[in-house]
Amino acid sequence: MTTTTLPTRADTGTDVWVAACPTNSLIPERGVAVLLPNGDQVALFRTHDNTLYAIDNIDPFTNAAVLARGIVGDRGGEPTVASPMLKHVFALRTGICLDNPDVAQRTHRVREHDGQIHVRAQPDQHHDVR
Amino acid sequence: MRQLVVIGNGMVGHRLVEAVLDRDPDGTWQITVLGEEPRPAYDRVSLSTYFDGATETDLRMPDLSATGNVELRLGQRATGIDTESRTVTTSTGDTLNYDALVLATGSSPFVPPVPGHDLDLCHVYRTIDDLDAISEAARGARTGVVIGGGLLGLEAANALRLLGLQAHVVEMAPWLMPRQVDEGGGALLGHLVEETGVRVHTGAALSAIEPGDEHAARVRLGEDHIDTDMVVFSVGIRPRDEIAHTAGLRMGPRGGVAVDATCRTSDPAIYAVGECASAAGTVYGLVAPGNAMAEVVADQLAGGEATFTGADTSTKLKLLGVDVASFGDCHCETPGALEVVLNDPPGRRYAKLVVSDDASTLLGGILVGDASAYAGLRPLVGHQLPGDPLELIAPAREGGGGLGVDALPDEAQVCSCHAVTKGTIHSAIADGNDDVGSLKSCTKAGTGCGSCVPMLKKLLTSAGVEQSNALCEHFTHSRAELVEIVLSTGITTFSELIAKHGTGGRGCDICKPAVASILASVDGGHILEGEQAALQDTNDHFLANLQRNGTYSVVPRIPGGEITPDKLIVIGEVARDFGLYTKITGGQRIDLFGARVEQLPAIWGRLVEAGFESGHAYGKALRTVKSCVGTTWCRYGVQDSVAMAIELELRYRGLRSPHKIKAAVSGCARECAEARSKDFGIIATENGWNLYVGGNGGFNPRHAQLLASDLDSATLVRYIDRFLVFYTRTADRLQRTAAWIEDMEGGLDHLRSVIVDDSLGIAAELERAMDRHVSNYSDEWRGVLEDPDKLARFVSFANAPETPDPTITFDTERDQPVPAGPVPLGMPETPPATSGSGPTETPHPNPREA
Ligand SMILES: Cc1cc2nc3c(=O)[nH]c(=O)nc-3n(C[C@H](O)[C@H](O)[C@H](O)COP(=O)(O)OP(=O)(O)OC[C@H]3O[C@@H](n4cnc5c(N)ncnc54)[C@H](O)[C@@H]3O)c2cc1C
Ligand code: SF4
Repeated sequence: MTTTTLPTRADTGTDVWVAACPTNSLIPERGVAVLLPNGDQVALFRTHDNTLYAIDNIDPFTNAAVLARGIVGDRGGEPTVASPMLKHVFALRTGICLDNPDVAQRTHRVREHDGQIHVRAQPDQHHDVR
Repeated sequence: MRQLVVIGNGMVGHRLVEAVLDRDPDGTWQITVLGEEPRPAYDRVSLSTYFDGATETDLRMPDLSATGNVELRLGQRATGIDTESRTVTTSTGDTLNYDALVLATGSSPFVPPVPGHDLDLCHVYRTIDDLDAISEAARGARTGVVIGGGLLGLEAANALRLLGLQAHVVEMAPWLMPRQVDEGGGALLGHLVEETGVRVHTGAALSAIEPGDEHAARVRLGEDHIDTDMVVFSVGIRPRDEIAHTAGLRMGPRGGVAVDATCRTSDPAIYAVGECASAAGTVYGLVAPGNAMAEVVADQLAGGEATFTGADTSTKLKLLGVDVASFGDCHCETPGALEVVLNDPPGRRYAKLVVSDDASTLLGGILVGDASAYAGLRPLVGHQLPGDPLELIAPAREGGGGLGVDALPDEAQVCSCHAVTKGTIHSAIADGNDDVGSLKSCTKAGTGCGSCVPMLKKLLTSAGVEQSNALCEHFTHSRAELVEIVLSTGITTFSELIAKHGTGGRGCDICKPAVASILASVDGGHILEGEQAALQDTNDHFLANLQRNGTYSVVPRIPGGEITPDKLIVIGEVARDFGLYTKITGGQRIDLFGARVEQLPAIWGRLVEAGFESGHAYGKALRTVKSCVGTTWCRYGVQDSVAMAIELELRYRGLRSPHKIKAAVSGCARECAEARSKDFGIIATENGWNLYVGGNGGFNPRHAQLLASDLDSATLVRYIDRFLVFYTRTADRLQRTAAWIEDMEGGLDHLRSVIVDDSLGIAAELERAMDRHVSNYSDEWRGVLEDPDKLARFVSFANAPETPDPTITFDTERDQPVPAGPVPLGMPETPPATSGSGPTETPHPNPREA
């Protein structure tokens, strides 16, 4: 695991990828927070079936940076995380709040590379809700 | 503004004021209430619980003077009414004008004028003052005689028994409770009452009470006599109609102020309600008809046209542990009526139904020993019988009484206390009230004596409302059922449990923490070990309480609230060094707020080094056992409450449960530790400890009820062991002890039989489970500090472990750090989830230990 206080970048092409943590330190169904170079934060998860997801870490309902500390599970098969603040449930694939579909977290692409998990610094563009 | 004067602040007078306020939101009536008793209205119906642990405060009815339109003059008697000038004079010499006057003076116990009836040792049983006088007289007394074997007489006999006296009941009729039960029922009742240790003398006429030598007095019953230290009269009531009589109002044929169907007396400005009123010649000695009259008068005062046309005098009671119910024409007075009787003394049950001459219509009935059929039968009175009458009273199969709710017509009364019909309940269900709780608040049904609650459940079921106790979409089981599964299969992981017993999927924030709690209480082991870690909600995961800005609060255990100055200083130093906000909690300890995730291990390190451990303020677990100083310092203390609180807190620390558990120990009856507001509370007595269970503060405060009294310390601990393990195994998720006991079939009595009498034969197993918990306990903070893998999770960012979360900033308020920025006001605006499975715990913007 990196010990510097500034996030390291792993550049490939135009995308900026941030090294989050060694692959083996991300426990299934338990998130970690990752600090991006611009000061944004994402919550990074590994689900039971080994899929990786990253969504904004700040709970939009309370503005606390806590989603990484939520409980991971599923609702009707859709993988989710429940905010520990007021228990709103967010879909990990889309970032959409299942208790209030008008609200959505941005999602980030995640990949594994050289024993490290990387999160793409730029959020995905596939839905533009805010 | 119009002046309303109410004479009498008893149950019905109270209800009247409540009913008037309900209909008078604009405050057109200025209400003055004269109450002769020195205290505001209390629940006279439950008066006898005063000897069973209830206090005056428990019995008190809701305060109505808060609206500003009600003036309550306590300890002031109305002495006269002038119907010409429309004024009332009072014992303090005041004169009150009225536009409307309501008499609610109730009744007084009748004391037969036999020789000796006025001796000092003679008492009556009607008011709190009467009960205080009886307890006072019971000191040093051995024997007490109750004259009158009716409902109240038996309650009085039980009171004497609870005060430690040998109680006798003297009844002139050939059997007990002659008004409610017939000879057959009375015979069984007498038998069951004698079994409780009360001596029954029926067919016995009191001739005199003579001062005695060895005992204070000799009660003469013709040829026989009983030597006694005390006598309680309970032979009947007399309406308190003197003041109305003097004012020239018309009286009823057997006393009481005569009223018409609108509850008006012979003076149109004066109404009478409750036990002082004679409606169509009848004086009702029950509270439900009185309440109905109060509603009628309130309606009339609001310009309505409600009338009172008689009332149901059905009763169901538990006297001295014996169920007695009677309803409708129980004495078979309807011409041609037939009786169907089931008399089974060995089975300790007697049941009689009175049916019409063609056996088609139910007219009334009597149940003694087992009254479980009452809830189903009483609403059927006056209606077509759904089947063979003998079937209906045959020994209860599943559910009792063998009677489906579908058999009831819509106009049948389900709740007789509040006159709620099946039809009303059906429409409430149709309006979306889909559990007993919301039916109660919407229709008032079930909020009186509570005997119709099983009926409400059946009505819900028959209306197709599925009262599912499934935990969530991942399990069709309730929490209690999952405990059973875990105990019997030995499953130790969530993955295995959901794979074998779940509905598919990977769980959620409801079932995961619930299963984590079950596994922890069954299995022990550190809650962050292996797969368990991923089940915990954030508080349990970080062993601290999440606050609104994403920081945590830290609460070290301070058992019993006792702490040395040195340790107090350590807490102060830790708070100062880490910049934490400190606050004293209601549980007699100290909460340190504002710690960031990555600071937690260092904070614990300092605390653990000084001898502290986790206080489990974050978990659904035992929180604190609060104490007063008891014999250690207090002049009044009778036991060492601090030592007991510490012993209990150390015994039960770390116990995971369906909801948080709080406790307290008071060193004497003054109850400075507020033990009766706790899940389990202990109050010291001269002889040991009284154990109360099922109390809580919060949104819906409850007083704990007495489970067992005068226990020695070892027995006390065993009972609490059993109680806690039974609770953790059988309660629903997030169900506190009060609701758990309420939902239990048989309620507190059943709980007592399980805990005290071991009626299920599980006491030894419950104790073993608690012993296992005690020996497996270890401090969770220390567990993290000693394990590098667990410690590694306490970082702000996976890629920048020491960088503080930049979104967390503080302001200073009253010299302490507080979260910066605007306070989010309550819930964010989120429409309820369409799937019905949105946020489930009551959201709280600032969760904290309180
Ligand atoms: C031990 C006991 C158990 C009972 N159990 C049951 C039961 O299980 N079910 C049931 O339905 N009923 C039961 N009852 C009866 C029930 O309590 C009464 O029906 C009910 O209290 C009647 O209410 P009330 O307001 O008419 O009279 P009360 O409650 O007696 O109130 C009358 C009040 O008026 C006051 N008062 C009288 N004269 C004056 C005056 N001149 N000026 C000012 N104040 C005055 C009195 O001091 C009293 O406080 C029980 C009664 C007792 C004593
Ligand atoms: S409860 Fe009794 S012993 Fe405890 S402080 Fe109060 S008065 Fe003293």
